[in-house]
Amino acid sequence: MTTTRTRQTMITVDPDVPLVRITREFDAPAAKVFRAHTDPALVTHWIGPRRHEMRLDHYDCRTGGSYRYLMVSNGNEFGFHGSFHEVRPGTLIVQTFTFEGQPDGVALERLVFEDLPDGRTRLTATSLVDSFEARDAFVAGGMEEGVREGYERLDELLAR
Amino acid sequence: MTADPLSRVFSALADPTRRDMVARLAVADSDVNGLAEPYDVSLQAVSKHLKVLEEAGLVSRSRQAQRRPVHLEAEVLDLMTRWIERYRRQAEERYSRLDDLLTTMPDDVEPVPPPQTGAQR
Repeated sequence: MTTTRTRQTMITVDPDVPLVRITREFDAPAAKVFRAHTDPALVTHWIGPRRHEMRLDHYDCRTGGSYRYLMVSNGNEFGFHGSFHEVRPGTLIVQTFTFEGQPDGVALERLVFEDLPDGRTRLTATSLVDSFEARDAFVAGGMEEGVREGYERLDELLAR
Repeated sequence: MTADPLSRVFSALADPTRRDMVARLAVADSDVNGLAEPYDVSLQAVSKHLKVLEEAGLVSRSRQAQRRPVHLEAEVLDLMTRWIERYRRQAEERYSRLDDLLTTMPDDVEPVPPPQTGAQR
């Protein structure tokens, strides 16, 4: 279990199961944090990398609903879509996630919202994929320019 | 064998025995006999684990001495830790935007928005 913790966001990379788990606490009750995940007018404010424009195709966050959005970067569009498998207001979202550049790949995501004392919320977001290779690409893929630089540095280290 | 170096490092560390070997090598260099000592496995099995770690670039073995001492490549291990740290930072960046959004929302908000009428599907 490889765990990195600093002030708030905690990442767990499991060695036995191809999953990545993120744990984060918020200074707001679960209903509010949940609403920010379910309201199409709100999700565009925070999901997706800062430098990219997020364009919603549709976002119907209820059990049996689905979503699709585009990230626009330097004139390039990257599509993402998935289904909302279970939406239990205030407590649970189970959804799928596919990057349309790799349409055969899918992550199963489970978001658990827990009310904490003092009106705070703990969010635990677990992404499960079907192979360790896909999981590693998932971790590496979130880093854009970083991953190329990282590979170059690893190549250099390995070449010594 | 998996193609990219990150996957090799991840899968090399996916095994508890290899993780334990890496932890012990972080303290001091060792050799096959020394590494095999605490485990109830054959020297061949330990050599096999070492080969995986070596192919991932996590350890190197000197070809000069007869006992071929094993050395941990701490920088490679560190690089993987940093990879995860970058991923963590990206998630943190996203969630601090969510923090900002939450401060602008009323406290008594419903957990889900009202049903979308005539929403495009």
